[in-house]
Amino acid sequence: MLLLIARRLGLGLLVALTVMTLAFMLTRLSGDLAISIAGPAATQADVEIIRKAYGLDRPLYVQFFSWVGRAMVGDFGQSYFFKDSVANLIARRLPITLTLGLTGLSLALIISIPLGILAAVRENTWIDRGVTMFTMVGQAIPSFWLALILMIVLGLNLGILPISGTGTWQHFVMPGIVLAFTAIPALTRLTRSGMIEAMASDYIRTARAKGLSRARIIFKHALRNAAIPVVSIAAVQLGFMLGGSIVIETVFALHGVGYLGWESIAKNDFPVVQAVVLVLASIYIGLTLLSDILNALLDPRLRTG
Amino acid sequence: MSALLEVEDLVVTFGGRSAAVRGASFRVEKGETHCLVGESGCGKSVTALSIMNLLARGGQRSAKRMSFAGTDLLSLSDREMARLRGNRISMIFQEPMTSLNPAFTVGSQMAEVLTRHKGGTRAAALERSVELMGRVGITAPEMRLGQFPHQLSGGLRQRVMIAMALMCDPQLLVADEPTTALDVTVQAQILRLLATLKRELGLAILLITHDLGIVARVADRVSVMYAGEVVERAPTAELFRSPQHPYTRGLLSCVPVPGRVQRDRPLGSIPGVVPAIGPGFAGCAFRSRCSQADATCEHEIPRRQAGGTHDYLCRLAPQVSEPQPA
Repeated sequence: MLLLIARRLGLGLLVALTVMTLAFMLTRLSGDLAISIAGPAATQADVEIIRKAYGLDRPLYVQFFSWVGRAMVGDFGQSYFFKDSVANLIARRLPITLTLGLTGLSLALIISIPLGILAAVRENTWIDRGVTMFTMVGQAIPSFWLALILMIVLGLNLGILPISGTGTWQHFVMPGIVLAFTAIPALTRLTRSGMIEAMASDYIRTARAKGLSRARIIFKHALRNAAIPVVSIAAVQLGFMLGGSIVIETVFALHGVGYLGWESIAKNDFPVVQAVVLVLASIYIGLTLLSDILNALLDPRLRTG
Repeated sequence: MSALLEVEDLVVTFGGRSAAVRGASFRVEKGETHCLVGESGCGKSVTALSIMNLLARGGQRSAKRMSFAGTDLLSLSDREMARLRGNRISMIFQEPMTSLNPAFTVGSQMAEVLTRHKGGTRAAALERSVELMGRVGITAPEMRLGQFPHQLSGGLRQRVMIAMALMCDPQLLVADEPTTALDVTVQAQILRLLATLKRELGLAILLITHDLGIVARVADRVSVMYAGEVVERAPTAELFRSPQHPYTRGLLSCVPVPGRVQRDRPLGSIPGVVPAIGPGFAGCAFRSRCSQADATCEHEIPRRQAGGTHDYLCRLAPQVSEPQPA
């Protein structure tokens, strides 16, 4: 088990290093940074001053290692646009994104797991077909459209939830629902197919032959095995939710990390872009590691791997 | 005295199509080993599952009578049947590799049988698990409690299944081809174990098998199944000495029996395959493969007595067993 964690950690570090290299190279590939920072009205002399001031005159490898070295101790430099350090900017926005992501994932799990189980134990009935229909529709609905509909119905017509901003927990309900809908179809279908497979297995026949109650057979013996792929996918989905919530953060005016990343790309604020990419990638790596550990806890056969 | 398990005219259908079991009848007495024997697809496993009410979805059972220790199994609700399973009737299966839940320890899977049916603490249930694992010949039982199924061999897993089946001191053990998936040496050990348990615990065993060698070694009585029917029933020695149904004779000619087979003569075989039995089928299901069949075989076949508790389903009169070659 410890060996497994150590090996996955080492692998995670390698991935993080690769991401750092790519993030660094891609921002440099987008053109001469000094020119784009200086703006269209700048003279050649201005550009040269900026180039020197930001250290862009140094060789690429020097710039890279200086950035990596500082990033290791949490120093991502200054933002060019916001007059603040990149670390501060991200630290302020990360809680919003995390709250949104965790709300979305919790809602998704609370809805999709019971729904998947229900569909599986009622396989081929109208309940099962209803659930399948629901997942198909859920898959097809674009996030921004669902967001707007919710805003109109819950926010304007019924007036029970605030439409935008991040003041209270109520502000996270609607974005959470919209974000949850990006994961619910996949998680529901995965729970359903996992449960159907488990319920048809030999060990469930044994559990029935042992005279166990139906609840224990479904929720202990079958669900434990069906949960293994669901946990893996849920962790990856959370990664998507954290990194890919730009649309939802924009629609609901939630100023999270995704929104920050989008802003910085538009403004060529490349220290911020690099740091956002790195932070999101690290979260992703951490979640993958967490999913591996959870899987090993759920499936004893993986513990020796 | 009534038998421990009585099954009369059991019919099992799947989705209303052809019947998997068409009127099977047999009795299992207290403390006896009763073998259901027949080739693949004859309905023997389905018969076992329908006794346990464990048929796969879509399976429908009906019978004139199906009783266990005086209790009518057909009238029990699902909940009442679950109370009986694992408690007074246990079952073990053909697939030891996949019959245990991979996600839980051996100890927890065994202990839950006892706590479910008899209550009591988990600690007491684990203690009982250790005792039974010792009894079925598992070495280092305390260590096994914390192990997962994937850490055990096939033979060990089947022993765990047997120990688990014994947790509540059942009166009947239904064993569906328990040794088919195992090595020959392990097979012999498991069969010996079943025989010992039967003797020491007074356990009745309904053993489903296709292997006449196993029948000869462990069975007290035999029911031969063909195409969903029990075609011949007899005490084991009697069946081997004077088989009456042409199918039983055919089966016996396919296996080498010491003292009966002659070296230069090839073993027998039964021509053809099991016919598809559609709705409205009447008469003997074996007639298309039988060398002695005639027109009367297309009509209802009487069950004939061949002395004592030996009977069979054929129009032919009982034959006295041929003298054995010296």
